[in-house]
Order: sequence, then structure tokens, then C-alpha cells
Amino acid sequence: MKRIHACGSDEHRIARRQFLGGVAGGAVGGLGMLAASPAAKQLEKTQQRVVCIYMSGGLSQLESWDPKPKTNTGGPFRAIPTSVPGIHISELLSRTAKHMDKLSLVRGINTRNGDHGKGNYHMQHGRQKMPGVSLPNLGAVCAKALEDPSNPMPGHIRIGGGGRGNDSAYLGPRYASIGANGKPPANSERPKELSEAADELRNRFRRKVNDRFAVRRGTAETEAYTYSYERALQLMERRDVFDVSKEPAKMHELYGGESFGQRCLTARRLLENGATFVKLDHSNYDTHNENFNFHLEQVPEFDKGFAALVGDLADRGMLDSTMIVVMSEFGRTPNINKYYGRDHWGNAWSICIGGGKIARGAVVGKTNENGTKVIDREVSFPHLFHTYLAGVGLDSHEPFDVGGRPVPMADPAFGPIDELIT
Amino acid sequence: MAATKADPKKVHVAHQWKHGSPLIACCFSPDGKYVFTSGQDYALQRWEIPSGKKVEWKAHDSWVKDIVFLHDGKTMITAGCDDKLIFWDALAEKPKAIRTIVAHKGWIRSLSVAADGKTFASGGNDRLGKLWDATNGKLIRSFSGHKLDVYSTFLHPNGKMLYSGDQGGEIREWKIADGKFQRKFHGGEVLLTNNTQGVRYGGVRGLAVSPDNKYLAACGLHKATNPLGAVNEPIALLFDMKTNKKVRSQPGSGIKGIAWQLSWLNDGSLAVASGGSGGGFLLFWRPDSDKEFHRFKLPDTARDMAVHPDGLQLATVHYDRHVRIHKLTPKPPAPKKKAKKK
Repeated sequence: MKRIHACGSDEHRIARRQFLGGVAGGAVGGLGMLAASPAAKQLEKTQQRVVCIYMSGGLSQLESWDPKPKTNTGGPFRAIPTSVPGIHISELLSRTAKHMDKLSLVRGINTRNGDHGKGNYHMQHGRQKMPGVSLPNLGAVCAKALEDPSNPMPGHIRIGGGGRGNDSAYLGPRYASIGANGKPPANSERPKELSEAADELRNRFRRKVNDRFAVRRGTAETEAYTYSYERALQLMERRDVFDVSKEPAKMHELYGGESFGQRCLTARRLLENGATFVKLDHSNYDTHNENFNFHLEQVPEFDKGFAALVGDLADRGMLDSTMIVVMSEFGRTPNINKYYGRDHWGNAWSICIGGGKIARGAVVGKTNENGTKVIDREVSFPHLFHTYLAGVGLDSHEPFDVGGRPVPMADPAFGPIDELIT
Repeated sequence: MAATKADPKKVHVAHQWKHGSPLIACCFSPDGKYVFTSGQDYALQRWEIPSGKKVEWKAHDSWVKDIVFLHDGKTMITAGCDDKLIFWDALAEKPKAIRTIVAHKGWIRSLSVAADGKTFASGGNDRLGKLWDATNGKLIRSFSGHKLDVYSTFLHPNGKMLYSGDQGGEIREWKIADGKFQRKFHGGEVLLTNNTQGVRYGGVRGLAVSPDNKYLAACGLHKATNPLGAVNEPIALLFDMKTNKKVRSQPGSGIKGIAWQLSWLNDGSLAVASGGSGGGFLLFWRPDSDKEFHRFKLPDTARDMAVHPDGLQLATVHYDRHVRIHKLTPKPPAPKKKAKKK
């Protein structure tokens, strides 16, 4: 016999939709409500934010941040000067080169890994994956540690796709990623059949019943539940924040009409309106074949959107409060294979980082002449993870308090790249 | 009596010489005494035939994607990924650059010399074809209209038309006299957009009109089920020159790779050099059949091919650093071993 879950009334349908839909930044607070944030004592007056761009498949460091032109591994692209004397990057990044004074490079990364899944985990969690251990990713950690309870925006947003991510582990679903696609979240508009007055009455009644319940029988879970409803209501009022079409035409022109440019513009719009952590992907860099033709296709597209984002954040005075990270699961082999491709390579590669409390125009680490090994200031994924946290003003050695148990935010055996932190 | 017609079924490697770096492009000198190559080491090489004596020199600030010779027999032009065309006094003891032109914005992928030798064409990543005066390097006109990078060019032997093929498989015919676009040949079969991998992949890698002016041949790849992993197959397409309709697809069935270059041979067949994850091949088709009449396995993946002025030899360049000279004539019998004296 079919079980009946709902009565079918409008009231029930709307409530259920809100509960299940993508509106609330944590539809159920869950364990997240139990974990006390260390941010309160760490954060400065300015709310810190993060935009993380993930170059899916493994961006070639030689066709981006660490070119080696005219060597046996260099490939056909040239290196160009940037706005920082002495720093050269690939000619494919001609727009970004003009913003190098706002960014820094880590060129000495050795993650000793050439597996997509492992690399992805390493870079987004800052630790080795261990059986039976579930860790929150960078977005969830930032959303938790930088949380501003008065901010109705979800703390952890992933641009592209929808739904909720399963990426917050012990921090609870409140800090799990929520998908956004440049349009207002699904089900975030008050249904037409429900008048504003009726909605207000409905919510007033819910609050009254909740308050009465909370006096005698309130728990962390019911508190989280109530919080989620209130947050969803606040978010419904700000649904336009997610709608990139509300941006003026000149902004669309600046970022470009390509999908990636639009996602960068969406990211800036969300960050400007209080989102803590926004992640977007650019794909696909897993170029075992025709590495140069594919990078020729993709890096300039990235360059246009990314340079627009960096410049726009700076113009709006948001750069000091917004850390920018461009990462991959690994780099690509210096050796060029017989298909003009480059394969997986974690032994000597680079990331780009900037904004927030990250030094500007710096290069940390160095590879040898043809990029086959790190010869100065070698770092790996745990150092990078610490650096990301330090880059938004957090003490990455501080633990989260999870149900009374201290849980380190980052691998305690490592620390940040201090020379990158201002 | 010496053979005058190529016999592709007799193809064999006559010479092979190794460079210090994987090779990219090749071209014979008009006198047939040398083959010139470009390498991933940014250098050009001149190989004397049949001794294999090599002269090498550094050239562009980037890789050289194509090489042609002018009809004076000594001036060679190289197309770089550094926006430049360089004219070389190529037969000098130490070849010297005699003219450098910043010709395109971005890679120059293809060159083609007119039958009368007075002009040559180039095509590149600025989506333009360009016609140049071969004597002074002056731009005569540009051909604008491709929506994607121009991968290949071919100047018709009648001196009236330029053909250019782009990344999207579109081939355009242009009138040389006034630069006007004439018509399109749709080679979309050699373009694939793989939405799962989020990449655009394909392109017209080679173009040539048959000597009888019946067909325009184009080559590239199809069946790209995994573009990023080099899973695709080589293919040539034949278009009817009168109707500009595709009349035949000539796939390299079962081979994984790209048809990098093609050329019509003097026996009326079409030769294609392919290379990729399935290795390197020379494939030979007649215009009246989808199936090649001969397939020759190369020792390594091929990246470019050129036809010798005598029409009886091909040069191929390879990732394994070799340039190989193939003869399209019967292999001479191996010298008999002298019997050991008892």
C-alpha cells in the first residue's frame, strides 16, 4: 500500500518545498549548530570571503603560471611580462598579466600524486584521504569559520549545477555547498496563490508555536530547524542576488558572454552580497592529447573571465576582503607526449592566489629550467590548505569545537606559507 | 627504365635520420636534394638526400607549423607559432633569415605556394587567410570570414582560387583576384564538440585539389569519443569541385589517430599520413572507393608529410625524432651476401 506523506494542502506543499528545496543555506542546521565557530575571536571587522576557481582535469603549469619557453618542455607558447617586473606568465593569460600586482604564484608545489580523485581530495581538503574519516572541504571550513550569523546568504556556494553537496562532514549540512546557476534559486518565490498577508500570518503562527515549544523542549536541533526557516525567509527577499541577468550590460560585456565569464560575474555578485565562499569550475584541462590546441581554446576563455573578476573586485574595493584561489588537482607533465599532449603530473606545478591577506605580486617556490622538479621552497597540499585559511585571517591551527571535541581545521603537522601572508 | 609513376603498394622506408627532438613539419627543396624539417626544439633542419648530412639552426621564438619553398629553388618560408613568417636563404652553407614578417595575430598554421610561384598564402589563429607577394613579402589581401581558427590553406593550380579550412570543418573558396568569398564546402564530419569533456576538437588538417580538378580533398579526424585521450580516427573527405557536395568519406577504419596531411600522387591516388594512439600510417585511396587500397604501418606516429618533386618519394616526420624518406617504387633487391671462402 502506498504511504501518504503529505496531506496535499497548499500549506503543507509550500512548507515541504522550502524544507527540501535549494533555498535555505542549510535547510537543516544539524550538527553544524553544535560546532562553535572560532571565527568570532579571529575575524577582523571586515567580513572575509573566498572565491575558488577549480581548473578541472589539471591545468598545465607550463601553459599558465610557470612557462618554460624555448626549453625541451616549453611547447609553442611564449612567456609574457606582467604588471610585476620579473614575473612572466604564459601568453595565453594576457589579460591576467595586467593584474599580476594583485595576485601571487606558488610555483613549488609537489603533491606526489597523479590521480584525479586523490588530487581533487588533497587540494580541497588539505589532507590525505583516510578510510572511515570524513572531512569537510575548503568551502565548508570557510563557511563555518567565517560565518556571520546575521548574514542570510548561504556560506558555501558552488556555481554550476544545483542541489546540496555532501561536502561538510562533521560541520553539518548547514555548511554543505549549495548549487547556483546564475538564476534565482528554485522555489524561492512566494507562490502566487499565497498572498503576502497570508504568508505573514502563516510565519507568525509558526514562530509562536516554535517559541512555545522551545521554552520547555528546545534542543540544538529544533533551534537549527527554526534558524533554517528564518534564513530561508531572508533569502527569499534577496533572491535577485542569485540572478546574474540583473547585472548591467557593461558588466556582461566586461566578463564576456561565455559560460565561464558569466559564472565569474555570478561569483562576484554573490560575494558582493555576502556569500562567504564561492566555487566555480573551468573545464576541461585533462589534455593527454592536443594539449596546446585545447589550452589555446580554454585558457584565453578563463583569462577573460578571471581578469575581469580580479579587476572588478579591486575596483569595488573588495580585494582586501576576498581571497582568490585558482587550483587544480595537479599540473601536467613537462614531457610532451606523442599526441602533442601532456599527462598527469603532481611533482612540480603551480597555483595562483591573491586578494584577502595574501601578499601581492609575489612568487613563492621555483622549478628548474625545464620545469621537471622543484628546486626552491617546496610545498604540498597541506601547506596550501593552511595558506588559504590564513589568507582570510584565520589561525589555521585553531580547532573547531565539534560537540566539545577539538577538531583541527587543517592538518596540524603543517602550516601556512608564511611569506605569502601579510 | 626508371619508374615515372608512383606505385603506393611498393612504399618502403628508404632513409631515416634522427634529430635530437621530436619533429613537427617537413618540406622538400624544389631540386629534391634536401628535405627540411622543424622540431620541438625550435630549430630547423636541412637533411641532404641520400647522405643524411644535417645542418640545423635556431629559427622562430616558437614552433614552426609549416614550411614551403618558393620557385627560385632556394628561398624557404617558415610559419611560426610566434605570429611570424620568416624567409630563409635555405641552401646557403649556414642558412640565414632574409626577411621576417609579423603576418598573423597568433599561430600561423598553414602555407601554400601558387603554381606560378609569384604568390603564397597563409592561414592562422586570427581566423584569416592571407595572400602574399612572394618576391617582396608584401601583403596582397586578407580573406576574412572564418568563425574559427584557419588550420589549412591550398592555392588552386589555376591561380584563381584559394581554399581555407578551419577548426570547425568549414572549407571556404575565395577568389584570389578580388578576395571575394565564393562558396563553402561543409566538412563538419571532421569536427566534434564533446559536451561531456567540454572541449571543441577537430579541424581541417590538410587540403588539396586533385590534378584533374574533379575533387577537393580534406583530412582530419572523426569518431572522437574521447578527444582528451586521443581516441579518434583519421578520415579524408572528397568534395565534388562542380557541386561542392561531399561525394565520399574515406576513413582510416580501425586506426586511432588524426589524418595530419594529404597529397594527390601522380598515379591519381590520394596519400594521407596519420598519427595518434594507434601509431603512424600512410594510407592510400582511389577516388572511387571508400576503402583504402593500401595501408603502410610506419615505425612511429606521423605528424606531417611532403611529396618529393619527382612524385616518387614521400617524407614524413615523427615524434620519435626521425624524418623518414619513403620510396613509392619497388624496393631494390638486397645485395647478395658474398659466400664465405672455405
